[in-house]
Amino acid sequence: MDTENTYNYTVVRQFTVMTVVWGIVGMAVGVLIAAQLVWPVLNFELPWLTYSRLRPLHTNAVIFAFGGSALFATSYYVVQRTCQVRLFSDKLASFTFWGWTLVILLAAITLPLGLSSGKEYAELEWPIDILIAVVWVSYAIVFFGTIMKRKVKHIYVANWFFAAFIITVAVLHIVNSMALPVSLTKSYSLYPGAIDAMVQWWYGHNAVGFFLTAGFLGIMYYFIPKQAGRPIYSYRLSVVHFWALISTYMWAGPHHLHYTALPDWAQSLGMVFSLVLLAPSWGGMINGMMTLSGAWHKLRTDPILKFLIVSLSFYGMSTFEGPMMSIKTVNALSHYTDWTIGHVHSGALGWVALVTIGAVYFLIPKVFERDEMYSVKLIDTHFWISTIGIVLYISSMWIAGVMQGLMWRAINEDGTLTYSFVDSLEATYPYYTVRFLGGLLFLVGMFIMAYNVWKTISGAKPTTAASAQPA
Amino acid sequence: MSDFWSGYIAIITIANILACLWLIKWASKKRNDEAAQGDVTGHKWDDDLEEYNNPLPRWWLWLFYLTILFGFIYLALYPGLGNFKGKLGWSQTGQYEDEIKYANKTYDPIFAQYAKQDIATLAKDSNATKIGQRLFLNHCATCHASDAGGARGFPNLTDNDWIWGGDANNIKTTILDGRVGAMPPWEAVIGEQGVKDVTQYVISLSGRQHDAAMAKAGKAQYDVMCVACHGANGKGNTAIGAPNLTDNVWLYGASTGSIVQSIAKGRTGVMPANRDFLGEDKAHLLTAYIYSLSNK
Repeated sequence: MDTENTYNYTVVRQFTVMTVVWGIVGMAVGVLIAAQLVWPVLNFELPWLTYSRLRPLHTNAVIFAFGGSALFATSYYVVQRTCQVRLFSDKLASFTFWGWTLVILLAAITLPLGLSSGKEYAELEWPIDILIAVVWVSYAIVFFGTIMKRKVKHIYVANWFFAAFIITVAVLHIVNSMALPVSLTKSYSLYPGAIDAMVQWWYGHNAVGFFLTAGFLGIMYYFIPKQAGRPIYSYRLSVVHFWALISTYMWAGPHHLHYTALPDWAQSLGMVFSLVLLAPSWGGMINGMMTLSGAWHKLRTDPILKFLIVSLSFYGMSTFEGPMMSIKTVNALSHYTDWTIGHVHSGALGWVALVTIGAVYFLIPKVFERDEMYSVKLIDTHFWISTIGIVLYISSMWIAGVMQGLMWRAINEDGTLTYSFVDSLEATYPYYTVRFLGGLLFLVGMFIMAYNVWKTISGAKPTTAASAQPA
Repeated sequence: MSDFWSGYIAIITIANILACLWLIKWASKKRNDEAAQGDVTGHKWDDDLEEYNNPLPRWWLWLFYLTILFGFIYLALYPGLGNFKGKLGWSQTGQYEDEIKYANKTYDPIFAQYAKQDIATLAKDSNATKIGQRLFLNHCATCHASDAGGARGFPNLTDNDWIWGGDANNIKTTILDGRVGAMPPWEAVIGEQGVKDVTQYVISLSGRQHDAAMAKAGKAQYDVMCVACHGANGKGNTAIGAPNLTDNVWLYGASTGSIVQSIAKGRTGVMPANRDFLGEDKAHLLTAYIYSLSNK
């Protein structure tokens, strides 16, 4: 086969299938720890099954294994299609797949063993951090190498977002992971006290901003116009919201540290930029939604489009909620409660997972050379099950969070606290049960997708399919 | 922070926000060669990907301007631009101190009116014990449990077994100044067998089933080593916080293994001091509540 004139779909296929697999693994761990909060006996008195060790496994698996695989798959697909060239290096692309897989497996072993650097969303110890950095630089070389040799003059907007995501995540990961190793499995952060907290949340919030927002906006900018068959609503809007988003997001981290040892000025800047971030965030939602104007009827019959558009609704909701929660007075109520968990999952399930699922349903037939998915009806079922799951999840956590915040600050006429912490925990149990059910529904949806993907791939190829896509 | 860093922060903050405004202006400008409004720009990717040349949505722009305006006003009023403290003079430390001052002014008189009455009277006053219970749930329940029944290593406050004495003054002293109960490790002194023997003797003191021969050997050790604190009859000494060993109440567990551990490795129990944190008046009410639990 003339590899120079074809696209590299091998690596796209690998990452797309692993997106489904890691999605199931990560979300299954999530459902287990949600169940542990309702029935603590599910810790089984085994250290490696305790909540404290499985929670980082859940977050790492859904963000970096599921989300990461989705970003690798879509960015490799999109950059080839929109630059009209094969990936810069097949070998390096293959290395990113196997390297990333190794990172995930090492995470799945070390986190339950209790090996952790103690930094949220960056718990992996230093040898794995170095491996991540090497894989990520290879990813950057493959992506930007492909952009460099493109046959199209202009760079498509989806690639701007992928580019910003790849560069920034490299910077974030390397700066935040700086540590002094004391053994192969233990290291200490290079930064002291409040500075360490600031670096951590500069990283943590921008992981949300660039990994889970910019990267997935890249997915949105390709798959929505493709699936809808309509041009992007506004080129100008994409320019303004892209630059405004990436410059203001950088500042927003301190809103995670309101009323802490962080200096007042840093807290204020975090809050101000979080509010200024609202319009740039919504720019992406408007551009995606309005792309559908004139084709709204397609939503009735096309479940893939349903996934993509509803993901934007959740994106709009959580990017409104985020700035509101960054306001000091609101944060004083919401901080440390389950409201934060609700907010995160409205973004993680509603936006990140739904847009990913839509893109996977789009990609599977394309890269495996099938006409369409095995069952469109099952896609529709998946859509409704996951949407109901998300609504149960986030509404229960919203109610629980506001309730906890109000209970913690309620005082008696003599100034003593009305409720102890255990009172608020007891009151939260019913909501933890509803949250567990919501998460379970979402997981069931993922199994439906896995079945559908399996039947599509294992079924016969249509005789009309071309053996290779021309570049 | 130095003037340099203060200026640096102020400048890049304002520059970043102004850059957003410039970006809007720059992107809104009409170019001579651009496509008509509502038309596609003319760029095409992957067969059919195109973009319309639509203007920025008006309502969205207003939202953007509004947040920027809010940002500038906020940074004028509150600390944010480096060393500039903001026109309102707000700080989180100041806010905390104001709230504490308000709380003290509002609630101190309530506690003060009970401080003049003696503990035994207050322990019978349901209003006083209600406040005392709330203070207990806020400050003590984490260790001593919400029913004051205690937990392993944290004494039960509802029985009549008092390590440091159960009269009102003793309880109040415990709350205000804290206690450190130290049992030294004995393994190096009396050896492994000695620990086992003394354990059997200690178990025998509360009438539990024991190995009589070992207990006899243990008593010999006890009468030399342990007697100074726990007393010849094993009833302990509240003056130095040495527990009574005859009442079958076991702070660190009743099992033979737990008692062996206590004797071999020692124990250190710490009750923190609350004089500076709670003050005399609240401690007085707390004492009344705790006193009421075992003096019904």
